Amino acid sequence: MFEDMINRSTVWLKGSGAEAEIVLSSRVRLARNISGVNFPPNASEEELEQVLSTAVDLFNAEKPNLRGKVVFVKDLSDVDRSFLVERHLVSPEFMQNFPGRGLYINKNENICVMINEEDHLRMQAISSGLAIEDAFDEANKLDELISGKIEFDFDSDFGYLTSCPTNVGTGLRASVLIHLPGLVLTRDIDNVISKITKLGLAVRGFYGEGTDISGNLFQISNQTTLGRSEEDIVESLQQVTDQLIEYENGARDRLYHDARDQLEDKIWRAYGVLLHARVLESDEVMNLLSAVRLGCGMGIIKDVSLTTINELLLLSQPAHLQKFLNKEMSAEDRDISRADLVRDKLSKAAK
Amino acid sequence: MLCQDCNKNEATRHFTQIVNNESVELHLCKSCAEKRGFHNPFKIPFPLAEFLTGMIKEKGGHTDKALESLKCPNCGLTFAQFSKIGRLGCGSCYTAFRTQMKDLLRKIHGSYEHHGKTPSTTLKDLKPLREERKLREELRQAIEKEDFEAAAKIRDKLKELLEPANR
Repeated sequence: MFEDMINRSTVWLKGSGAEAEIVLSSRVRLARNISGVNFPPNASEEELEQVLSTAVDLFNAEKPNLRGKVVFVKDLSDVDRSFLVERHLVSPEFMQNFPGRGLYINKNENICVMINEEDHLRMQAISSGLAIEDAFDEANKLDELISGKIEFDFDSDFGYLTSCPTNVGTGLRASVLIHLPGLVLTRDIDNVISKITKLGLAVRGFYGEGTDISGNLFQISNQTTLGRSEEDIVESLQQVTDQLIEYENGARDRLYHDARDQLEDKIWRAYGVLLHARVLESDEVMNLLSAVRLGCGMGIIKDVSLTTINELLLLSQPAHLQKFLNKEMSAEDRDISRADLVRDKLSKAAK
Repeated sequence: MLCQDCNKNEATRHFTQIVNNESVELHLCKSCAEKRGFHNPFKIPFPLAEFLTGMIKEKGGHTDKALESLKCPNCGLTFAQFSKIGRLGCGSCYTAFRTQMKDLLRKIHGSYEHHGKTPSTTLKDLKPLREERKLREELRQAIEKEDFEAAAKIRDKLKELLEPANR
C-alpha cells in the first residue's frame, strides 16, 4: 500500500512556505467525538465498528469535495504502519491493533483524519513552513463540513468533549516542527525551552528510531485547549514561533561571528561524511543532515537545496527506506542502503 | 515509594512540573520512565496528559469514599476508575462529575469555560483576519506619519480584502 506516496515528498517536507529554513511544517489537529457514543478507549467493538462505518460513509459521500481514501489499520503491514508514523500522519499508539481504527488521507496528503484513536475523530491539516493559520483554516473547513452531517459531543460550559481532559474545549492542538541547531550549539536551548513552557506551550523532541531527540528538531504546541478562542491559541503559537525564529537566527549569527571556523568545520565534516560513508545509522544520518541543513540555511553550503535535505530526512527513516527500495531489510542492510541512497542523492544534487 | 505505573518497583525517577502555578509530581521506576520516553539530552518537560492521574487525586494521594463511588449513569465509569486512568468514558461523564471536572479543568487549563467555536457558529478564516489586522495597523501608522499617498494605497488593499467575493 501507499506506493503512490513513497515517490513524492510529503507536503510538510517540501521546503517551501514562510521561514522554511527553520520551520519545517505547521499543523493543526481538532479532536471531536460523536454525540451519544462512548469514547473509543471505553467503547465496545460494535460501537467502534459503527463509528468507523459512519466515517467511511461520510468520506465516501463527500468524495467530490475531499478527494481522498480511507484505509483500515488492521489491513496494514508492519512496514506500512511505520511508514505512516514516520510521515507524522498518525501517532505510534494509533498503529496498534485495536478494533474499528481507520485513517482518512486526502490526495494532497495535507489533510488526514484518525478514526477511533483516543477520540472518534482527530482531524489534522498540515502546511509546509510557518503557516499555522493556513493549517487551521483547512482543519476548520473540514470540521464545518463534518459537523453538518454528524452531531458532536458538546457542552455549553466545557465546549467539545474529549476522552482526555487535556483536550477538552476547542479540541485544538496547533504545532510547528522547528529546526533549532543554532540554539543547541550555543547551549541556549534549555533556557529557551523553559521560557516557552512558562508561556503555556509544550515542547517535544522529534523522535527517530531511538528515544533520543534527533536532528535538533523540536515540536512546539499549545498546552491548553480550554478558556481561549481558536484564534487566540493560533495567534500565541504564531508569536512564540516568530520569537523562536529570532532567537535561532541570533544564535546562528553569534556562532558565525564568534566561532566561524569551528562552525564551518562541523558543517563541512558532516557533508563529507554523508557524501562518502558506506554505512549510516538512522540517528547518525539525522544529526549529520541537521548540520548540513544548517549549512544550507546559512548559505555556507550552496550545492544542496533544502528540498533535497528534507527529502533525505524522510527517506532515510527505516520504513521509508524499505518502501523506497521496495524490499524488506535487516537493520544492518538498511544502514548500507541508507548510505548508498544519501551518497547518490547528494552527489546528484552537487552536480 | 512504589512506581506509579507498575506499582512493583521502587520509584527512582521523580518528576515535577509546574502547571498553572501548582506543582504536579510523577514517581516512576527506571524502566517505566524509559517506557514513557522520559530520558533525553534536553530539559524538556513531559506532556501534561502523563501527569493527569496525579492531578485528579486530592492532596495526600487519596480521594474520599463518597467521591470514589460517584458513577456516570450512561457508561458506568466510576470516579475512582477515572482517577486511575485519567480518561473519561463518554460525554455524559462530564455531567456526572461536573463539580470535580470544573476543579480539574481549572488546574489543567486555568479555566473551565469554553470560549471557542460552537457547533452552531461558523468561524471565519484566520488568514484573512490576520491580513486585515496587519493592514489596519499599517494604515494607522501611515496616517500618523501623514503619508496619505501610502494610506490611500493601503485603504484600497483593505477594501479589496473585505470585498465579500474574497472572503
